Amino acid sequence: MHKDPSRIKVVVATDCGSTTTKAILIECVDGVYRQTHRAEAPTTVEAPFADVTLGVTNAVTELQELSGRRLVNDDGTIVRRASPEATEGCDVYISTSSAGGGLQMMVAGVVKEMTAESAKRAALGAGAIVMDTIASNDRRRPHEQVQRIRELRPDMVLISGGTDGGDTKKVTELAELIAPAKPRPRFGGEYSLPIIFAGNRDARPAIERTFAGGGFDLKVVDNLRPTLEREHLGPARETIHDVFLEHVMAHAPGYDRLISWADAPIMPTPGAVGDILQAIAKGRGINVVGVDIGGATTDVFSVFDGSFNRTVSANLGMSYSISNVCAEAGMENVLRWVHLDMDERELRNRVKNKMIRPTTIPQTHEALVFEQAVSREALRLAYVQHKAFATELKGVQQQRTVGDAFSQQEGGRSLVSGMKLDLLVASGGVLSHAPRMEQTAAMLIDAFEPEGFTELAKDSIFMMPHLGVLATVHERAAMEVFERDCLVMLGTCIAPAGTAVAGKPVMRWSARWDGGSAEGTLMAQEMKLLRIGERAQVEVVPERGFDVGAGPGVAVKREVRGGSVGLILDGRGRALSVPGGAEGRRLVAAWAKALELHPD
Amino acid sequence: MAKAYTPGLTVSSRVRYRARRLLPLTGRITVKVGDLVAATDVVAQTDLEGDITPMKMSNLLSCAPRDVPSLLLKPVGSAIAKDEPIAQSKGIFGMMKVTVKATASGTIESASDSTGMVMIRGAAQPVQVRAFTSGRVIEVLGSEGAVVENDVALVQGIFGIGGEAYGPIAIACARPGERLEASSIRGEHAGCILVGGARMSIDAIRRAIELGVAAIVSGGIDDADLKALLGHDLGVAITGSEKVGITLVVTEGFGDIAMAARTHALLVSHAGHAASVNGATQIRAGVMRPEIVIPLADEATGDAHAGGGATAGELSIGTSVRVIRDPWFGALGTVAALPEQPAVLGSGSKARVLEVALADGQRVVVPRANVELIAE
Repeated sequence: MHKDPSRIKVVVATDCGSTTTKAILIECVDGVYRQTHRAEAPTTVEAPFADVTLGVTNAVTELQELSGRRLVNDDGTIVRRASPEATEGCDVYISTSSAGGGLQMMVAGVVKEMTAESAKRAALGAGAIVMDTIASNDRRRPHEQVQRIRELRPDMVLISGGTDGGDTKKVTELAELIAPAKPRPRFGGEYSLPIIFAGNRDARPAIERTFAGGGFDLKVVDNLRPTLEREHLGPARETIHDVFLEHVMAHAPGYDRLISWADAPIMPTPGAVGDILQAIAKGRGINVVGVDIGGATTDVFSVFDGSFNRTVSANLGMSYSISNVCAEAGMENVLRWVHLDMDERELRNRVKNKMIRPTTIPQTHEALVFEQAVSREALRLAYVQHKAFATELKGVQQQRTVGDAFSQQEGGRSLVSGMKLDLLVASGGVLSHAPRMEQTAAMLIDAFEPEGFTELAKDSIFMMPHLGVLATVHERAAMEVFERDCLVMLGTCIAPAGTAVAGKPVMRWSARWDGGSAEGTLMAQEMKLLRIGERAQVEVVPERGFDVGAGPGVAVKREVRGGSVGLILDGRGRALSVPGGAEGRRLVAAWAKALELHPD
Repeated sequence: MAKAYTPGLTVSSRVRYRARRLLPLTGRITVKVGDLVAATDVVAQTDLEGDITPMKMSNLLSCAPRDVPSLLLKPVGSAIAKDEPIAQSKGIFGMMKVTVKATASGTIESASDSTGMVMIRGAAQPVQVRAFTSGRVIEVLGSEGAVVENDVALVQGIFGIGGEAYGPIAIACARPGERLEASSIRGEHAGCILVGGARMSIDAIRRAIELGVAAIVSGGIDDADLKALLGHDLGVAITGSEKVGITLVVTEGFGDIAMAARTHALLVSHAGHAASVNGATQIRAGVMRPEIVIPLADEATGDAHAGGGATAGELSIGTSVRVIRDPWFGALGTVAALPEQPAVLGSGSKARVLEVALADGQRVVVPRANVELIAE
């Protein structure tokens, strides 16, 4: 592996997804790192191929054909540059993987809201799908918990519980439930199920006794909640990554070869996305939310004031899970985003037909409008789940004054704030492949309800996983490619927070940009789109009771970024409320017209 | 480019079918290579370890956890019956002893001196795997299962619910476009695999359950009817474990849709023949579609093409396809043209398309993603 980042000029990166292996070529051009070519090929983990490297070789071969640069040896391996002058090969090859269902974990903790939640955060942050969280107070009786543990087939189990030096009994009890339940791993009978213990260090001997000789591979790491006031997820996350490589990947077909090809450890795809978003948030000093909506699941990532969180909404997606979105949100909530007349019974059948034939695409305008309405609800629900999870640590002792008794603020407040959010990044088919960028922006605004000033962008070819791994070997290259090639800037949304009353003004605004200017008053329930090019100077004066970031009624003057959409002024207030029936359809149609979502 | 590959479901009058029959964990294989088996014969069996019932004994006895092992009335490893005394406290000066009864039958598996927890392991649960199709055992997979092979007529559905079912094929709808109504189902259909035509109504399904029909195969089902049957809205298409008293297989999709004529004709041609049905559907990594397997009378001989599992085939001019998305959902036709360049759809998206000559003479442009092959 290259130790010196200055010698890394050509990078090949792949992301082995469940269905497609995506490869990109990154080159240093005139001193700046750019993504120059991309290619893809079907993933080959499943029979009859059963070797992930075949798909990697195919994708990189296509990359070779597109770039004209020799990247693949005759034996299918990836060519490395012999010298800095060589015009063949790459300096570094890196990869992520979510093939075969990614990393699936079960987590356990003593108290659901404290150690169990910290364990869940560690697992999700490492890129896992959390199949279930077992806790002493999860309202299930012990035999129900045992039954559930027996049903699951996780790749590994993470157990936490107890602060260092505290009670050892509860966490040992938890282990004593898990060990005899003998959860079976997903892969093969010969596989010893990895158990990671990251709880009270005093409980280690008892835990070691409990799992001894039961077909488990126990790994003991530092407590992820050494005190109630402190979360220490690093060692647990690193061990999850190690176990993912050593056990899970090693059992997946062809991964031993892939591991030997790669110059950096292969990461679970979502873990890599989380890493790059954290790097961006840190580098620019901003708060970021990223979303990746797929066919089966929706991942939401956030970095607020340096705190990273990730959630996976396992059954919120646009094909395999589309029926579940409609069931969870309720059809009336989906249809509030539709300005056309549609027959509900017919729509229900269409939803099920999409579920059983997930690869179909909307052909008609009506089908597209409906699918984008479903996506708004899938994203909204995923974000609700994320906000509920991304909280301050619960269980921390708080000192309250008499004044606090009136504010009645609970511990464990959500870290996610619509007003503090600076950048919202979208990825996933329905967002990335919307026929018009305006539609992507509108879906993001309707689902996430950003407040104040928020930049909107999309990762059009889902390059974030590649860049997440690249950041581990060459952070500057990853940042440069992220800014220049990964993100497609859509524009900025200005949304005053407050209660919008029909017929009343929300804010006065003025904007100047290269080649134009405009000003006006934004009324309640009004939306407005300004095509500002790359940047504009904006001044907004919110009405009393409305806030754009500086406080209620306080004016803000600043520069905003435009993009392929522009500047969107949203006068609908927060929280967003869309009436049903004819009035709702009229409003939604007016917003669609204002944002030019459906020309003609 | 005049070729493209697109998925399709197998509807075949003769295919070499291999049923890979696996236990959930290792066990005993009851057949050997070369054995001839019937569909309902057991080919492998094992015992799943019994349920665990934890008892917080230190709390129940009001003692320290370290005392629990010594207070058990039977040693670890002993059999115990439900309500049988399992532990007793020392009491005060030998008086006021507390006796705790076992909350489950089984074996005392462990007694922890650090948490005071006692575990009772229930009786092992036998698990048996049947052959699913009649045929010959061609492979034994270690101690995990066996592969049974036969030449069969095979119909893959698009969606199903319920597990494996067996019975002779009976025809309720003479035409593929005929709806399956309750009035078409009669007492003689009990234990049968009933072939419908177009949409199966909820009344028909309820009548079939009442009469003990093993399975229904029909063209479509209404989502509202499925919801009424299951008692909940199906969120994700992972099925097979439903316990509604019947197995259902839908060959085309949701809504009012006729069974493909060829599928219907194939099933009708096997009326009275023994068949096996599995409604289990999984539409995620490792796609699994429901199947109707009809072993052919003459035993497997010579070469036949491999079967089982979804197929992918080549799209070319003249290929028979079914449109699988609105506005022509369910329409059948043949490929009339395969333009190379992507086209802009009514939705505004750009996608690769094909032209389909529909059975009614219309010629329509459809995204390639929205057709499936009617596989031979």
